[in-house]
Amino acid sequence: MKFLAVCGSGLGTSFMVEMNINQVLEELGVSGIEVSHSDLSSATPGDADVFFLAKDIAEGGEHLGEIVVLDNIIDMDELREKVKKVAEEKNLI
Amino acid sequence: MNGLLSTLVDILSEPAILVALIALIGLIAQRKNLSDTMKGTTKTFVGFLVIAAGAGILETALAPFGEMFQEAFNVAGVVPNNEAIVALALNEYGTNTALIMFFGMIVNVLIARFTRYKYIFLTGHHTMYLACMFAVIMAVAGFNTVPLIAAGSVALGIVMTLSPAILQPFMRELTGNDNVALGHFSAVGYAISGLIGKLFKGSKKNSTENINFPQGLGFLRDSTVSIALTMIVMYFIVAIVSGPAFIESELSGGTNYLVFSLIQGGSFAAGVFIILSGVRLVLSEIVPAFKGISTKLVPNAKPALDVPIIYTYAPNAVLMGFFSSFIGGIVSMIIMFISGGTIILPGVVPHFFTGAAAGVLGNATGGFKGAIAGSFVNGIIVSFLPVFLLPVLGDLGFANTTFSDADFAVSGIFFGSLANYAGPIAIVISLIVILVLMAIPFGKKKVNTEEK
Repeated sequence: MKFLAVCGSGLGTSFMVEMNINQVLEELGVSGIEVSHSDLSSATPGDADVFFLAKDIAEGGEHLGEIVVLDNIIDMDELREKVKKVAEEKNLI
Repeated sequence: MNGLLSTLVDILSEPAILVALIALIGLIAQRKNLSDTMKGTTKTFVGFLVIAAGAGILETALAPFGEMFQEAFNVAGVVPNNEAIVALALNEYGTNTALIMFFGMIVNVLIARFTRYKYIFLTGHHTMYLACMFAVIMAVAGFNTVPLIAAGSVALGIVMTLSPAILQPFMRELTGNDNVALGHFSAVGYAISGLIGKLFKGSKKNSTENINFPQGLGFLRDSTVSIALTMIVMYFIVAIVSGPAFIESELSGGTNYLVFSLIQGGSFAAGVFIILSGVRLVLSEIVPAFKGISTKLVPNAKPALDVPIIYTYAPNAVLMGFFSSFIGGIVSMIIMFISGGTIILPGVVPHFFTGAAAGVLGNATGGFKGAIAGSFVNGIIVSFLPVFLLPVLGDLGFANTTFSDADFAVSGIFFGSLANYAGPIAIVISLIVILVLMAIPFGKKKVNTEEK
């Protein structure tokens, strides 16, 4: 199972989201998920099972498949809720 | 013995090995298992070599542009792009860049630990780029060996702290809390945009977000696409002005001048793409280690994060800010053209990222008028500052590209001018003065004027 955080240049913001997702997964006790980050240009549908992107680039990432749109990229509570939902759907918890 | 020593010096003067060792130290400090340690260290090592490979492609793509521009307009034309200038500089300054980055992060943590400025700067690629710029500036200023690393690291640590600090009042206004800071080295431009927004306090309620803005410009977010398109357009314009005869005889080896320009413009974007992949590999272990260690040492610190974190607060202001900033860049270019001397060409990437943030902050203080006015001024700032930065970069000032964000220029011009007027000793004194001012509670106002 792979998660991919995506942002415009794939340097800072997506990296932060990746670290936060890892933290949430640890809190939930979910292991065995590979989380990485990338820029919008390089991301392709086969790169991951679930893609996480901020609201402002969501329109550029619709082709990726299963996307989770983050309204506020620095809100840990929102991320926690959305990651938990994905984990439940995928029967990881 | 001597053989061993020279081997050791050889090892440590290879920046790729050095950053790999830094990553290794970080991984061991976090007590990672063997598999993660091997993976992280190797990725960092290869990442640095990828940057060097990208630099080669970029140089080949950029060199004809400079010659064509000279032929077309009889002046030098510079396209500011951080990735480009850093990749070119790392050939010569790689080791010092790696060391300044490593110790600069330590200085940043120490300042956060012992002063009122609790900011941990987590935007790794900007840390690396500024480390690179200080490696160049301190060398041009006349430092070498240990003093160079020390001066560069302290300067880097100070800017890593002050850049988020001057923006925090605006961040509080925007986010409504004090938990997160902005870590992006164009803070001077953003702060000025926020201040200009205050002139339009009356229209604060008329937010950019109340305007129905056409969507469908999302492709500009994609840095590969926007870099390629702008470079191709710029190459075409310069190619048409300098004419087919010159290009086909001097540069392209007979290939049609427009085809040649198209490929060169695309190659520039390819070079940046490769460099960014390398930067990602280099940072993938260093940033989490830095974050982990700083969280342990300074538990109440505010993380200073990359600029897109504020884009979600006002997506319309992002696009308006970009356009307004870009127009500011075009106006600046025309002014430079009329007044003679080096011309700074507006790049989509710097105007996008800095203009967008200036727009969001201008909108927070002064509604859509504040967003437009603030980001327009930001566009002028990021166009004119590099002109004054070029002379303090030594040979790198002639590279057809340079650092693109405001804080690079402000801190570079500050330390470079000090060295020009009074030599390296002036830099040492200024660093000590700034540190002392930061250590004094309520010395904030003074420090900021120092930095300006």
